Amino acid sequence: MSEQYKILGTRPIRHDGVDKVTGRALYGADFQIAGLLEAAILRSPHAHARILKIDTRKAHALPGVKAVVTAADFPQSPDRIVDLGEGETPLSYIRGNVLASGKTLYKGHAVAAVAAVNVHVAQEAASLIEVEYEELPCVLTAPDAMRPDAPLLHADLKTTEFGEQTGRASNVAEHFRHLLGDVEKGFADADHVVEREFHTATVHQGYIEPHNATVLWNQDGRVLVWTSTQGAFVVRDTVACMLDLPVSQVRVTPMEIGGGFGGKIPVYLEPVAALLSKKTGRPVRIVMTRQEVFEGTGPTPGSFIRVKMGVRGDGRMVAAQAHLAYEAGAYPGAMVGPGGMCVFAAYDIGNVVIDGFDVVVNKPSTAAYRAPGATNAAFATESVVDELAEILGMDPIEFRLKNAAREGTRRADGPKFPRIGCVEVLEAIKAHPHYSAPLEGPHRGRGVAIGFWFNAGLQSSCTISVNADGSVVLVEGSTDIGGTRTSIAMQAAEVLGIPAEKVQPSVADTDSVGYTAVTGGSRTTFATGFAACEAANDVIRQMKERAARLWQTGAGSVEADAGVFRSNGNSLSFAELAARLGETGGPVIGRAAVHPRAVGGSFSGCIADVEVDQETGKVSILRFTSIQDAGKAIHPSYVEGQMQGGSVQGIGWALNEEYYMSDRGAMMNSSLLDYRMPTSLDLPMIDTHIVEVPNPGHPFGVRGVGEANIVPPPAAIANAIYRAAGVRLNRLPMKPMAVMQAIWSARKA
Amino acid sequence: MKQCKVRVETWINGEPVEFLCEPRQSLLESLRDVLNLTGTKEGCNDGNCGACTVIFDGRIVTSCLVLGVEAQGRAITTIEGIADGAKLHPLQQMFLEEAALQCGICTPGFIVAAKALLDSEPGPSEDRIRLWLANNLCRCTGYDKIIRAVQRAAAMAQEVKI
Repeated sequence: MSEQYKILGTRPIRHDGVDKVTGRALYGADFQIAGLLEAAILRSPHAHARILKIDTRKAHALPGVKAVVTAADFPQSPDRIVDLGEGETPLSYIRGNVLASGKTLYKGHAVAAVAAVNVHVAQEAASLIEVEYEELPCVLTAPDAMRPDAPLLHADLKTTEFGEQTGRASNVAEHFRHLLGDVEKGFADADHVVEREFHTATVHQGYIEPHNATVLWNQDGRVLVWTSTQGAFVVRDTVACMLDLPVSQVRVTPMEIGGGFGGKIPVYLEPVAALLSKKTGRPVRIVMTRQEVFEGTGPTPGSFIRVKMGVRGDGRMVAAQAHLAYEAGAYPGAMVGPGGMCVFAAYDIGNVVIDGFDVVVNKPSTAAYRAPGATNAAFATESVVDELAEILGMDPIEFRLKNAAREGTRRADGPKFPRIGCVEVLEAIKAHPHYSAPLEGPHRGRGVAIGFWFNAGLQSSCTISVNADGSVVLVEGSTDIGGTRTSIAMQAAEVLGIPAEKVQPSVADTDSVGYTAVTGGSRTTFATGFAACEAANDVIRQMKERAARLWQTGAGSVEADAGVFRSNGNSLSFAELAARLGETGGPVIGRAAVHPRAVGGSFSGCIADVEVDQETGKVSILRFTSIQDAGKAIHPSYVEGQMQGGSVQGIGWALNEEYYMSDRGAMMNSSLLDYRMPTSLDLPMIDTHIVEVPNPGHPFGVRGVGEANIVPPPAAIANAIYRAAGVRLNRLPMKPMAVMQAIWSARKA
Repeated sequence: MKQCKVRVETWINGEPVEFLCEPRQSLLESLRDVLNLTGTKEGCNDGNCGACTVIFDGRIVTSCLVLGVEAQGRAITTIEGIADGAKLHPLQQMFLEEAALQCGICTPGFIVAAKALLDSEPGPSEDRIRLWLANNLCRCTGYDKIIRAVQRAAAMAQEVKI
C-alpha cells in the first residue's frame, strides 16, 4: 500500500507550524483594532431565580463606561423556531442563554454586560449593576428533574414522546425509543442477564483558550466579527438570527482557535458584543475568565444510565436494554440522541430497546464534547460486557469478537452499517503486544473497552488557485483545531501530484469562501478534504485543457499522472504548465462544494493497565494503548495526536474530572487547579496503533478520527480497576474517595 | 478619568524596554495589551494553566501572577525571544517535527518552560521533564508528543555542545 500514494501517509511539517511555535499566530484574544472597548458580563449568583429588577444606573455613572446591555436590548421580535445546525430550537432559548430574560436558570447565567475603556473598569461597572432576584428551588440531576413534583425550569416546555407532542409540562424535553426485534423474548432466551445502573458527572471540554469575541457594528450597517469558533458560518447565522439581520450583513473572521472539542460550536459572546458595539459605534471585545468558561459555557451532560444485557451460554448476545437520562442543562438538547445511537452500536444484537430522555436541569446549557453522548453510554455498556465475559469465562476480546458489529449489522436506531472496522479494531487489540504482555505486581489490573462514533458529512467548500511558480493556494472554511489545514492540503497535493509544501492552505472568513459547516463530528479531514480533492480534480481538468491548447490536440487525449501532463509524446510538469497559464487563457481556479452523504464512522478501542493504591484509592495509569480505525491516515502524526488527546481526555473523565456542585447549584471547583485535568505528571506515554479499513464514501477512504478515541477509556479503566482491586465502580469520576469507599464496602461484605 | 500609571524600565528578549502600566495590571496584561507581545497566552489568569509562562531573571513564572510594575529592572524572555534570529530554537524545531502541538495555544508556554529546563539541566529524564512541565496544561495532545519533542531537543542541544 505504501507505493499507492506519494503524499498521503507521510508526515510533513504543518503549514501553520512556525507561526504557532514562535508566538506569531493570532488567536481570538490577540486581535487588535483601533478604538477597541472591552466588556465584562454580570452573571447570576443563583442556580434558579426570577429577575425582578435590573438597575444599571450606578454602572452607567462610573467614569470610562460606554454602554450597558441586557436581554431587553435584543430586537423584540416574536419567538419562532429556528434551526442553526444543531436541531430545531425556539429563538427565545438561544437568546435566553446568551442574556437571561425573566429567569436565570443556572449559576453563571449571563444577565447584563458593560463596555468600557478597559476590562478593569468594565468589571467594576458590572459589579455595580443591581439585580433583584427571587430565588427559586433548583434541580440538579436528571432523576431529580424527572420527578413529578420537581421544580420546572420552563413553563412552556412540554414533553415530546416518541415524536408526538404530549402537551405535558415537565423538565423532560423529549423521550425517544428505539426498538429492534422482541426484547422480552430475547431476555427469555438468555442464560445470563446482567443489569446495572451508572452515573456520570458533568465534565467540561477544558480547552485552554477561553471564549472570546470582538465585534464592530460598523456605521455602514455591517456587523464584523473576529472570534475563536469551530464554525464561522454557524456564528454568522446565529448572530444574524438573534439580531434579526440578513446573514449577508454579518461577516465572521475565524481567528486561530485554542481548542474546542465541541464546546466552541455554540455562540455566547458575539451577539452581546454586537449589541454593545451598536450602542457605542466602536469595536467591543469580550474575553471570558476561566470561571466564566466553567460556569457560563456548555459542558457535556451528566447522566443516569441503566443497561441490561442477556447472553446465551455459548457467548452470543441475545438481548439488550438501555435507559439513558441525560442532563441537558438549562435548555433542551442533551446529546442523548447520539448516546442512544451508540450505546449498543459495537454489537450485533437481535433484540434491543433503548429509551432516551433529554432532561433540563439548573446547570449550564450543555454543548457537544468529543463524541457527545457516546462516552457516557459506552461506560455503561462496556462495563456490563466485561462482567458478562467474566461470567461466561471468556476472554473479553473474544467475547466482543463473537458479537461484533460488521457490514450489514442493523443498529437499533434503524441504519445498517456500511463497511466498518469494528472487527479489525478488536483483532488489532488482540494482536497488540500490550494485550499479552505480563502485568506483574499487586493491585494491578488490565482492562479493555471499545467504542463507536460517527462521521458527519455536511457542507464544505474549497477553492484552489494555481500560481505561476507551480504552487497552489487552497482556501477553505474549516476551523483548524488540530492540523487539518495540512491534512486537507495533503489530499489536494496527492491529486495534483505536487508536494504538500507546494499547497498553501488558508482558512477564510465568511465573505471569502463558500458555506462550510462546523469543525465537529469528525468531519473536517473527511468532508473538507473531500472538497479539496474535488477542487484539485477541477484544477487538473482545466490544466488538461490548457495543455491541449498548447499541443493543439483534444483535452481528452491529455493524461495527468503524478504531476505530469502527457499527450502524443509531449509532456509538461505541473510547474511548467502552471507557468504558461497566462498565454493559454488566464488563471486556473478549481472549485468544489460537497455535501457527502455516504459517511463512515470510526471504531476505537483501548488497553489500560492501572495500579490502585489500597491506602488512598488513587488510580495510576501504568500503560495505555489506543487503537483506532482511521480509514486512511492522511498525516499519521496528527492521527496519533487525536488518539492520544482523546484518550487522555477520557482518562481525566474517568478518574478526576467533575462539576462538583453544592446543593444550591454552585460549581465548587471552577478553577483549573480544582477541576484537575490530567497533567504530564499523571500519565505515561500513550501508545497508538492505527487500523486502516477504507471508508467507501471518501476518495481516499478517510474516516474522521477526532472523536471515537475518547469513548472507551472510562470503561476500560473501570474494568482494569476491577481486576486490580476487585471492585466494580459504576460512577464517574472514579476518584480516590469513590475507589476507597468501594474497597471498604467490599471488605465489609 | 484619571489613572495613575507607573513607568517601568525592563529588559525583554535582550532589548531595553520602557512602558507605562497601571499598578493593577499583571505582567501578562502589560506584555499583551501594552507591548503587543501577544505570543504569551492567557488561559486562566490564576496561575494554573501555564500558557502565560515567561522566564523572569532566569526562573519561570506564570506572568498572570506577576505585576507589570515588578518587571522594573528585570530580564524577561517571552516566546518571541526564543528563536535565534531566523533560526528556530531546537525546541521549536522539534515541536514541529514531532507534531507536538494541535491547537497551539499552550505551545508558547511549553516551549518557554522547557527552554528554562534545558538551559539549567542538560539531558533530563522523562520523569524529570514530566515533573517540570506539570504546571503547563495541554488539552489536545495527551503530552506524549510534547515529552518526545523535549527529549529530542535536549539530545540535539547536547550534540551541539559536543
